[in-house]
Amino acid sequence: MFNRIVQLLIKEFLELKRDRSARFRLLVPPMIRMVLFGYAATFEVFNVSTAVLDQDHTQESRALVAAFVNSSRFKVTTVAKTHHEAQDAVGMSDAQVGIIVPPGFAELLRKGQTAPAQILVDGTNSNTALIALGYVGQIAGAFGQGYALDLAQRTGRVLAKPLVNVTVVERYWYNPNLNSRWFFVPGVIATLTLITIVNLTAFAIVREREVGTLEQLLVTPIRPVEFIIGKTLPFFLIGLLEVAIVAGVGMSCFDVPFAGNPLVLFAGTCLFLLSVLGLGLLISTLCSTQQQAFASNFFVLNPMFILAGFAFPISSMPDALQWFTYIDPLRYFLVIIRGCYLKGVGMDVLWPQMLALAALGTGLLTIAALRFRKSLD
Amino acid sequence: MKLRRIKAIAVKESLQIVRDPRSLMIALLIPVMQMFMLGYSISLDVKHIPVCAYDREASQRSQDLLARFAASHYFSLKQLSHSYAEIKRDIDDGTCKLAIVIPAGFSQGLSDAGTGSVQALIDGTDSNTANIAANYARAVIAGFASDLQVETIQRESGTVQTLTPVDVQARVWFNEDLESRNFIVPGIVALVMAIVGAQLTSLTIAREWERGTMELLVSTPVKPLELMLVKLLPYFVIGLIDAAICLALAVLWFEVPFRGALATLFFTASLFLIVVLCIGYYVSVAIRSQVGASQIALMLTMLPTTLLSGFTFPIDQMPVVIRGVTYLVSARYYVTILKAVFLKGADVAELAVPIACLFLYAVVLVLLAARAFRKTLD
Repeated sequence: MFNRIVQLLIKEFLELKRDRSARFRLLVPPMIRMVLFGYAATFEVFNVSTAVLDQDHTQESRALVAAFVNSSRFKVTTVAKTHHEAQDAVGMSDAQVGIIVPPGFAELLRKGQTAPAQILVDGTNSNTALIALGYVGQIAGAFGQGYALDLAQRTGRVLAKPLVNVTVVERYWYNPNLNSRWFFVPGVIATLTLITIVNLTAFAIVREREVGTLEQLLVTPIRPVEFIIGKTLPFFLIGLLEVAIVAGVGMSCFDVPFAGNPLVLFAGTCLFLLSVLGLGLLISTLCSTQQQAFASNFFVLNPMFILAGFAFPISSMPDALQWFTYIDPLRYFLVIIRGCYLKGVGMDVLWPQMLALAALGTGLLTIAALRFRKSLD
Repeated sequence: MKLRRIKAIAVKESLQIVRDPRSLMIALLIPVMQMFMLGYSISLDVKHIPVCAYDREASQRSQDLLARFAASHYFSLKQLSHSYAEIKRDIDDGTCKLAIVIPAGFSQGLSDAGTGSVQALIDGTDSNTANIAANYARAVIAGFASDLQVETIQRESGTVQTLTPVDVQARVWFNEDLESRNFIVPGIVALVMAIVGAQLTSLTIAREWERGTMELLVSTPVKPLELMLVKLLPYFVIGLIDAAICLALAVLWFEVPFRGALATLFFTASLFLIVVLCIGYYVSVAIRSQVGASQIALMLTMLPTTLLSGFTFPIDQMPVVIRGVTYLVSARYYVTILKAVFLKGADVAELAVPIACLFLYAVVLVLLAARAFRKTLD
């Protein structure tokens, strides 16, 4: 039995060695995706294009605008002269935020009263708008408090005791600078493994079926189980290599820390690959042409990717969709890989995910193997 | 170009599509599936963030504050922790994303000096959620403080010293409720068209090569340009139907505001379709294998449409080099147009620049694709 599997393994690796385009597909697209995702996927908000209209022309109004600019969150792209110009800048997408300081701003401040500042926000990109609004509030608040304190000192007036003031001390764990890349890069590694390996496995078997070499293999003395092992083992090894390569590129390009134990990640990857191979095998039993395999891949992989919590938190999805996420192996692997990279947690925390992956993997592989035997008969 | 020849091949192509109902189903199912999956799951609106609380004081006041977290639909209070170790465990295994620690002596400090401090420990792994969660937490706590202030004032019947010298009056335009659905859904139209247009066409020519029927086509008197036209025309129609399906779902099901003109939308949709169809055609002529062609087409259309078009990730936040690359991505212009037509109600004049870019793109690709295919068998 062992000998026959080894023979099949040799055949598979020879095929891969001679198929230049398969090797290309294995290496280049994942690299491009890694680099693109790493650089392009960001929800951070810096240098938001801002239109400023200062109708007050006082030291105070200039100080407020300066506070916005110095924060590095906002960048003045338009200095408006009229209300109309400021509105146009936001309306025509020249600026995402408009800051309008109305006349009399400083006078109100000097009297110790509340002075209004008008903010226009282009809400088209709701996420950027929401985060920018958060910064506006923080910056204006800090400016106001600094001003009130300063005013009290300058005028010698006693600042009335603030009645209630609750401060929030924030600490961000595991990603203190809230760097988007730290969140995305481990996720990309997991996703690329899924897409590449399912594609390779499914297409490899379907192609043999389509070309007719599957029958040739069947007349050899090899048994179905041996065939399945011989067909999936190469992709298992390739999958491990793929994770290593993509992880290497990701970490060297994007400085993502690895806080955990590599062995835990290795164990998780092995369990994840079980599900991935099972899925590829299952798709290959359902399809007789490569085109069908392509369509099935699309309809299976796309939802898996969307539902796994790769970019968008599962807790924000509708309940019905949340239930589907429980049968998504990628969901569990994302928790494991992010846990290993950022949190540095071990088996004591990740065992439920490992268990789920093991169960899903054996389930998928068993179903696939059973179906596969039937399709051979 | 002869109409008779075009008609003959058009009949053949249409028959081929009609007799393969599965592929046709796929072409019509993709928009529905993408719309529902993405429309529901891509939600940047952070809701129900799992929170755990470590109440070291357990007083009326601290309970009041925690009740506010429980009542807010941005948070869902999962657990009461009893030590920092417990908090660490809960954040580690993902039970909660945010931990609120109320120190002992919290209400004492509030009554005596009017000041208090609350600790917010946030799981920064998902940086975006963390940022938004912190904003909401600040808002909840500020609400608590200002209510307490009103209460104190009423009790002491004193005058108010304003604590907020600058009052931010924010007005949000175009997407007034900051619904992320309104931001995401218009872009899905572009994504669906990129997938359907480039993927399906990339398979057609490659399939003829693989099956050997290309030799048959080459031996007919049909001209390369005629062949391209009839090959792409059915998919152009399917693409437009898909766009209509997406539009109907977006407006009727997801209730995304549509403020522009239908004509603008379909005009630009046609331009974008020409671009992606030509990409698919060009790739399939060049690669000649279905697997290879579909993968390359995927890299050239779906990937940039997802990542580099401003569909979800804002272009102005990308590094300069990548921002330069986005100018080469046709989807960038189309997504800009889609969002402006849907949310801003922009007309052709306001969108002149992106429409011109898209038009230029289409012309260049048509020329490229038309020259790509020669009737040779080498």
